[in-house]
Amino acid sequence: MSYKFDFEFLAERWPDFVAGAWLTIQLTVLAIAFGFVVGTICALVRVYGGPVLRRVVGAYVETIRNTPLLIQIFIVYFGLSSLGLKLSAEVSAVLALTINMGAYTTEIMRAGIESVQRTQLEAADCLGLTRLQTMLHVVLLPAMERVYPSLASQGVLLMLASSITSQISAEELTATANLVQSDTYRSFEVYVIVAVVYLALSALYRLGFWAIGLILFERRRRLGTPL
Amino acid sequence: MIQLSVNHLLYLVEAARFTILLSVIAFVGGAVVGLPIALMRVSKSRLLRGIASGYIQFIQGTPLLIVLFLSYFGLGILGYKLDPLVAAGISFTIYAAAFLGEIWRGCIEAVPKTQWEASDCLGLNPVQQYAYVILPQAMRIAIPPTVGFMVQIVKNTSLASVIGFVELARAGQIVNNSTFEPFAIFTAVAAIYFVLCYPLSVAARTLERRAHAGR
Repeated sequence: MSYKFDFEFLAERWPDFVAGAWLTIQLTVLAIAFGFVVGTICALVRVYGGPVLRRVVGAYVETIRNTPLLIQIFIVYFGLSSLGLKLSAEVSAVLALTINMGAYTTEIMRAGIESVQRTQLEAADCLGLTRLQTMLHVVLLPAMERVYPSLASQGVLLMLASSITSQISAEELTATANLVQSDTYRSFEVYVIVAVVYLALSALYRLGFWAIGLILFERRRRLGTPL
Repeated sequence: MIQLSVNHLLYLVEAARFTILLSVIAFVGGAVVGLPIALMRVSKSRLLRGIASGYIQFIQGTPLLIVLFLSYFGLGILGYKLDPLVAAGISFTIYAAAFLGEIWRGCIEAVPKTQWEASDCLGLNPVQQYAYVILPQAMRIAIPPTVGFMVQIVKNTSLASVIGFVELARAGQIVNNSTFEPFAIFTAVAAIYFVLCYPLSVAARTLERRAHAGR
């Protein structure tokens, strides 16, 4: 093999990679947060809602989980703009990622909510908790604690999947890589670097989820054991 | 501008054949490489375990899109002709092997320890233990999650469009370029993907339920 690796372009272009990674973080943190809210609401509807709403949420979840993210992004970006709703690439990216994350979170949170036993609700009733208190302290938080590992890995998967938004020219990490490689013709080196950055980002996200878990769940903090 | 017509839809359906072809290549390749990875993960040798788990963590920690670019341009460096199908086939094999390896490791570990002990007592050697006792049982546990992962494979083949392999997603972009009706076209594309994936999802769920009913 006579190929010579050449990482010289890094000296000049590293700020581009940092900017790209930063946009990736912004897009995905927003999408994970919004997706979590959407998913939690949909999961509550799926468990406690009326028959019509339940079916609507079911259809949403099945549609999103059985179609590729790439096509969902195209529908949001190109499709909506052709219908007259013009969104920037970044807003479209966050919207599409949120819709996607919401569907997966719905399924994960539903499993958690269904694992809360009936007797827990009865006990909360006996203690005179209001419905809101019951929802928050007896249903949602314990449900979330049980499924937290799945939520965290779904978050990491979403961060990795956000690379697909490069296809609608959201200037995140992968799009930056595409740009730099077309300037420098050092395609292999560029993608090696970006792969390493993504590895670091996934480690960072795991760490972040672990820290949030410690803050949210007292049991983990005090005893260091999951529920 | 060209009007969207039935022919365009037929073109999309025809392109779906390549989505299926690539999915089959990915699954077969992933299975062939993934099984050794799974066995390495549960091996007694620390070195083999380390190699397999490093491989899995690397692939699960990088986006599939980057793996695709790496093998597409990496092949170019090695001086091979850049056939998109070959590059896509290799990337999807690498990707599927990591995930299937990790899924199957769990299945092998789920076989009760007493089965190992019993087959040891019968004087089976390790190869016989795997072939006649452990793997047949692990396979039954593995079927539901494996079918579930097939859905991921089918959906992810859409990414092969970015290196120029004409499958369903790329065909959608091509039709869109000539007719410019993105909403209708990509909805149709999504519908075709749904038709491919939904039966697999339902099958995975049914198998999962049946597997649990037996216990």
